[in-house]
Amino acid sequence: MFDGIMLGVTAAFSLTNLTMVVAGCLIGTFIGMLPGLGPMSIIAIMIPVAIKIGDPSAALILLAGVYYGAIFGGSTSSILINAPGVAGTVATSFDGYPMARMGKAGKALAIAAIASFCGGTVGAILLIGFAPALSSVALLFHSAEYFALMIVGLSAIAAFAGEGMVVKALLMTVMGLIMATVGESALFNAPRFTMGVQDLQSGFSFITLAMALFALPEALFLVMDPARAKQDDADGQIKDLKITRAEARAIAPVIARQSIQGFLIGVMPGAGATIASFLGYAVERNIASEEEQKEFGKGSIKGLAAPEAANNAACTGSFVPLLTLGIPGSGTTAILLGALIALNVNPGPRLMIDNPTIFWSVIISMYIGNVVLIILNLPLIPYIAKLLTIPRNYLIPFILFFTLIGAYIGQNNATELLILVGLGVGATILRFANYPLAPLLIGFILGGMMEDNFARAVNLTDGIQFMYQRPMTLTLLIIGVALIALPIWRRRRSRLSVADGD
Amino acid sequence: MALDKWIAVVFLTVAVAYGYSAFTYPLLPFELNMVFLPNTMPMALSVIAIILCLIVILSPKPVTTDSGSDIDLSNLGDYKVTQTLILVAAMLAYALALRPVGFLASTVLFLVATGWILGERRLHIMIPVALMGAGVVWFLVQQALGIFLRPLPWFLS
Repeated sequence: MFDGIMLGVTAAFSLTNLTMVVAGCLIGTFIGMLPGLGPMSIIAIMIPVAIKIGDPSAALILLAGVYYGAIFGGSTSSILINAPGVAGTVATSFDGYPMARMGKAGKALAIAAIASFCGGTVGAILLIGFAPALSSVALLFHSAEYFALMIVGLSAIAAFAGEGMVVKALLMTVMGLIMATVGESALFNAPRFTMGVQDLQSGFSFITLAMALFALPEALFLVMDPARAKQDDADGQIKDLKITRAEARAIAPVIARQSIQGFLIGVMPGAGATIASFLGYAVERNIASEEEQKEFGKGSIKGLAAPEAANNAACTGSFVPLLTLGIPGSGTTAILLGALIALNVNPGPRLMIDNPTIFWSVIISMYIGNVVLIILNLPLIPYIAKLLTIPRNYLIPFILFFTLIGAYIGQNNATELLILVGLGVGATILRFANYPLAPLLIGFILGGMMEDNFARAVNLTDGIQFMYQRPMTLTLLIIGVALIALPIWRRRRSRLSVADGD
Repeated sequence: MALDKWIAVVFLTVAVAYGYSAFTYPLLPFELNMVFLPNTMPMALSVIAIILCLIVILSPKPVTTDSGSDIDLSNLGDYKVTQTLILVAAMLAYALALRPVGFLASTVLFLVATGWILGERRLHIMIPVALMGAGVVWFLVQQALGIFLRPLPWFLS
């Protein structure tokens, strides 16, 4: 293995490949900032370029750079204007955007960059060490376990919900699941519940829903309440990247835990960065002390660091099944698989033996990509953060424009924009009534996957007995139920003790 | 009744309608023998949704304790609701105009108009900024990424 690593290092440090990493990271970061263009679409766009390069290692290195850059770019728009363009960065906006609103945009971006860097680095190291071993464990996960994992992810939403909001959060989750059933799915033969609207045949699009639930209401609130847009730039805080020693000490264990947890979730095909970031956020919120828990959702640095570290580690983790088994674990790695095959490389168990240069140089260049990304982006952060000090009369029109065009370029369909505005107004009203919006989006994202896996498990076993016959499924389901029951029970107990106190 | 309960009533209506169409879902002949049907999960979801809606509606005191939300309905009068509604209308107009009028013209118009609504009167700054923004995005999307956006109005292209 050591020979392999050396081979990879020599290949990755050649001038061409280093240029590829830098170019990929830059392209990814800047295009990824546009909401609506996630890593998947950017990589798809870059494939022709990569194939023209010809050399499979160089091409893959370029694509890996684009991948990392796009994820970081996506976090930027989540933090600055609350517009997560990718499902994996939705959890980033929970605490990143409140921080930006408090005038700490620079710090938020710096924490995001550092957490991503650590997540990616830990992921790359784990990838080197455990790739072959992990791939066999990942195969033990069947559709029944995936279904149970989705249930855990969905019930973790109860953990997102504040005091007394559990029922509302669950209601919003179910509404999200209902929205996910609209349109055609892979399982069945006809579109469902489209209400006769042709444009709903392929269902609601993720970008449209994310923009409508997060970016648009926020922009509308900025209009309604001019005081909200005011940033305290008096002491130049907005550009300030400095993280105090106490803060560093607070987030270090979070990053360490979430890098490992995120990587492990990323290894399982189908789970990926989205679930890793949501679960990472929920876990950190649950194990934080009571005072810190109140901070979550209002600009907690822990709440920002957790999903960012998990998200990047999971992206690295998703390369394990791709490189060792030839199974793409996510949409993005599926596109990468296509690129690999176009470059005449067959990923699978033999890749490590037949093409050790490709295997190892990709892994090493992932690490280089992370280093390059942080070197490129830390100096850029003050300028990126400065975007928020643009006068309100210019900022709001552009936020609205980017929101709309982000949904438009994905679909090239004007009806999509009408749906976006309609849902956005609805979401604004929901915010007035204190309904949490994140659970709706999480339900929507996980809904399709959950139904697919449930159906597959039911079809395989001709019933639902897999729920108690498979120990791993049963354990996960029990955890899921406990996650919902715990906050309700805790609240009831605290209410009782208050009554006793009277 | 508080706003959140009214919204729960709206959700209840949606859930009942959804449940009705799920329970009466027209199955294809061969689907009848399948274990897992296209309407299996929708039926379950509608039942759960109806139960949750009823809990929100019927729970005696407002389910929300103060969650520290920074948005308050009680001072709605202080908010610029009219301006917001005009902006929403502008977005709808932009959505409808995007295709026939073309990307460049409609975007510049949209940016200048929303800036004007928000109180920007320095057109000599706003118009160049809007032109530049529209131009840069069009160049990025169309030329660099190769996603087609019709740049010009229908009578020119």
